[in-house]
Amino acid sequence: MTDKTPLPAVEGLFTMDPLEPRLLGTQCRGCGTYFFPAERTFCRNPNCDEADLMEVPLSRIGTIWSYTSATYKPPPPFVAEEPFEPFAIAAVELEKEGITILGRVADGIGADALRAGMRMELVLRTLYEDDEHAYLTWSWKPVGETEGAP
Amino acid sequence: MSKDVAVLGLGMHPWGKWGQSFVGYGVAAARDALRDAGLQWKDIQLVAGGDTIRNGYPGFVSGATFAQALGWSGAKVSSSYGACATGAQAIGVARAHILAGLCDVALVVGADAAPRGFFAPTGGRRPDDPDWLRFHLQGITNPTYFGLYARRRMDEYGATQEDFAAVKVKNARHGLHNPNARYRKEVTLDEVLGSALVADPLHLLDICATSDGAAALVLSSMDFARKHATNPVRIAAVSTVTPVYPNTIIEMPNLSTDSKAGATLPERGFKESIAHAAYEESGLGPEDMHLAEVYDLSTALELDWYEQIGLCPPGDAEKLLRDGQTMLGGRIPVNPSGGLSCFGEAVPAQAIAQVCELTWQLRGRAGARQVEGAKAGVTVNQGLFGHGSSVICKV
Repeated sequence: MTDKTPLPAVEGLFTMDPLEPRLLGTQCRGCGTYFFPAERTFCRNPNCDEADLMEVPLSRIGTIWSYTSATYKPPPPFVAEEPFEPFAIAAVELEKEGITILGRVADGIGADALRAGMRMELVLRTLYEDDEHAYLTWSWKPVGETEGAP
Repeated sequence: MSKDVAVLGLGMHPWGKWGQSFVGYGVAAARDALRDAGLQWKDIQLVAGGDTIRNGYPGFVSGATFAQALGWSGAKVSSSYGACATGAQAIGVARAHILAGLCDVALVVGADAAPRGFFAPTGGRRPDDPDWLRFHLQGITNPTYFGLYARRRMDEYGATQEDFAAVKVKNARHGLHNPNARYRKEVTLDEVLGSALVADPLHLLDICATSDGAAALVLSSMDFARKHATNPVRIAAVSTVTPVYPNTIIEMPNLSTDSKAGATLPERGFKESIAHAAYEESGLGPEDMHLAEVYDLSTALELDWYEQIGLCPPGDAEKLLRDGQTMLGGRIPVNPSGGLSCFGEAVPAQAIAQVCELTWQLRGRAGARQVEGAKAGVTVNQGLFGHGSSVICKV
């Protein structure tokens, strides 16, 4: 936990609610399909001619489609903590939206603790800090785990 | 009208880490291809380059870069980029010019000088670029996707890390006999399983390296070929398909899939559609193939391809491998060249190198890695952002 002012690492992708954050996507008013990151110009369903896309918060809970780990430090533009700690990554399916979204798994939870079909919820974690701010991104955490909140 | 074009010549610069300019590698491969075809550079009417994004402006206009290095001759020019599918797109451009009657003979060249370690996006803050976003916000590299697909195979089909390692052992054995391969050394199951874990469940030796290298082809109309060669290898199909919406399998470098909501799922998935389109165009099927060169960015991806190019039904790839069917001497050898496993990826050259291997095999000139009696073969690869391609060659 940090007392620095939280800011999103990239604007417009998620809400900053510390307890129940949501990813921000768009939904087509014509065919009902969803987009994340948000598509704001035209619906990308080739069977739909709609240009009216509304911003919607996506479901906070989904299930694991697959998972892996990063045991070597990714290169920039990733900002790695020092010393580097390996982390897990999950592809989580949101049932209502029919969309699978990648994200780093909450700190302290390795790939060996994950399995397909596991229920995961969206949380925020600190990606990096400067003197005044903590820059946050989204992360997946097994439902019911208490670790991993920023 | 026949859609065949002839492969008159081929050339490669050996893969490795040579520390030189990509241009020199490309020129060496091009000169070998011209010599193999028995033609002069000035005979070439179109030069089709495969772009490299890692080597500055000359890499983005590769066709002109190679033309200048070979000596301005006034030839027509084209430059293509499609990530890992780049080389096949350049082949597609040359073939289309030939079939449309816009030229008789073309030179296709792809070359790369690759950095060590992970591929990473070019500099600058670009939040609208999914490739930048995935690295910056989540630390997701290319092996992340390979790991996700591999774990999925384990969950769905009961594949094991030993199966993945067995792909490496097979390809290492094949590559021993390839003078252009970078890694020519037998590898044991224990060595793969004992190498560092990179992206669970994949180890370092499950994942292909990045290399310098170059490959070139001289392609011509069948009429032109009759004056210069007897019974040349033919390219019977080039597929360069994009996915059909919604593409519901996570695709490099995206952070998310398309949404299933509000859309009907396509008849076949994206990767299944790549070789399918080439089979349709050629009038041949998987049962007619004698070998395949598939894009083994990881060992587990090679197993996915067995199913996606129709060598076996979904879930049977491990059995095909374990039974030795995809080894040299088996029913359908896969990656007799040694594959990316033995080459390491030289992005714009790799899909061209796959066609070079088919050509050597179908000429019966592949030496100790020869697939006996090979008459037809298929290549397949996949790039970023929904690029995939497949080439079918026959004699």
